[in-house]
Amino acid sequence: MDMDAKLGLDVFKLDTEPHIEIEREVCRTACAKKVCLTVCPADLYELDDEGDVTVNWEGCLECGTCLLCCEPRALSWRYPRGEYGVQYRMS
Amino acid sequence: MEKVDVIVVGGGLAGLAAAYGLAREGAEVMVLERGDYSGAKNVTGGRLYTSLVRDLCPELWEGAPLERAVTRELISVVTEDRMATSEIAAQEFGGERPQSHTVVRARLDRYLADKVAEAGGMVIPKMKVDALLTEGGSGAHGAGDGLDASARVIGIRAGDDEIGAGVVVVAEGVLGLLATEAGLCERPAPADTALGYKEVIELPAEVIEDRWHLGEGEGAAQLFLGSVTDGIMGGAFLYTNRESVALGLVLGMEQMRSRDDELESWQLLDGFKAHPAVAPLLKGGETVEYSAHAVAEGGIARVPRLLGDGYVLAGDAAGLSLNALITVRGMDFAIASGYHAAAATAAALAAGDTSAAGLASYERRLRESFVLRDLQTAAGVPGLLENRRLFTHYPEAVTELMRDLFTVGPGPASKLSSTGLRGLRRRFMDPATVKDLLSFRRI
Repeated sequence: MDMDAKLGLDVFKLDTEPHIEIEREVCRTACAKKVCLTVCPADLYELDDEGDVTVNWEGCLECGTCLLCCEPRALSWRYPRGEYGVQYRMS
Repeated sequence: MEKVDVIVVGGGLAGLAAAYGLAREGAEVMVLERGDYSGAKNVTGGRLYTSLVRDLCPELWEGAPLERAVTRELISVVTEDRMATSEIAAQEFGGERPQSHTVVRARLDRYLADKVAEAGGMVIPKMKVDALLTEGGSGAHGAGDGLDASARVIGIRAGDDEIGAGVVVVAEGVLGLLATEAGLCERPAPADTALGYKEVIELPAEVIEDRWHLGEGEGAAQLFLGSVTDGIMGGAFLYTNRESVALGLVLGMEQMRSRDDELESWQLLDGFKAHPAVAPLLKGGETVEYSAHAVAEGGIARVPRLLGDGYVLAGDAAGLSLNALITVRGMDFAIASGYHAAAATAAALAAGDTSAAGLASYERRLRESFVLRDLQTAAGVPGLLENRRLFTHYPEAVTELMRDLFTVGPGPASKLSSTGLRGLRRRFMDPATVKDLLSFRRI
């Protein structure tokens, strides 16, 4: 089952503002490993054409894994505003 | 600034248990929950050890939406093509007072939120707390870069609104964003946390009862150690709900992040679902939800200061969870810590002293309860779990020994005893295993 199909099962209420932002310079210069690319259970992180990390925050499960694993603190990570983000029904 | 007796940050199990206790004591209590409803942001494996929390407020559990009473406990060790399972089906686990139940948080938490409202508490969903308001202290707070035990929590900020409170019950969950920002505790380290993620797979109730050999309303809980986590500390789980099974993985955060290969963690769950001994259990089932959350696994050593002037920490926000391999707990601790937080807070309000000294009975109560006692007993477990052999060598060795015992081959058969002894000698009689055995005494 691919990740789009998995996330497609969940209810997301999309905010207009991202709740995860990548501190571009810290990410570029202080992080060689980019664990965000492999640890995110929703597979939201990817590299763009320039080799920079981008995040598809819209599908965020708000688990906090990237926040805890990102060693150079290159993420500005908040919960989405009240009533936005994932809304579980069965978990 | 508008002020209430108590603000509870987070309408999960700890927050709702605290609010219920306080509302019953007649305190003015307001629960702020950022989801559309309580349970909307919560993820459990999920099993709740109901027997321990039922006695705290018996009336709360009559009519509670519990899924199944767990009467079958299974633990399996797995390699890519083998699985050996130990099972205990015990009447003592079920009966009038079952030991534990599977639960779905969106149902259970919503029910408890209604109970809080019935008792006179306010539960406000869709409201995210952005900061804890503090005064005094050394000034380091706000930067999130150091502990500030001298600060007093005086309320919360949500958007443009500030609300004051005699006591703030911080039940914001494992990430502890607000408490960290206010300098009340430190952000949990990768080594003290795990990632849990799961699928909920719908199956008809009769199919679940047939497949897991259950009576009506009875449930099974199965844990799996071995190749399912590809050498990473952790395991897989399967819990039967009323009309679904929850199937997922827990992966040690530090071991997951320090891997050198390109393994994408989320793909391990698909591998687990496809395991030849697991796939038939799920046949015909349809995945209906996918969820994930960080889990605290640091044990008692990582429980922060539980209270201070004007605040208490409860549930996952206080690191109150325990992975003891066979029993995995957290929700019972959350409910009990909320219950004790309520009692301590009510006493502090009545005495007119909501300082750390006034709230000190919270910690005393937790120490006398199963919460800190059981965490203390398991103090050696987090260290033990770092032993990778638990997740690699032993599953391989146990399943190989079992396979050999059950194998009928073309050659001359050995006696059962010599097959067994040979297997034990080959896989279990080495210095590393002896060392591991000694370390197991710690748990």
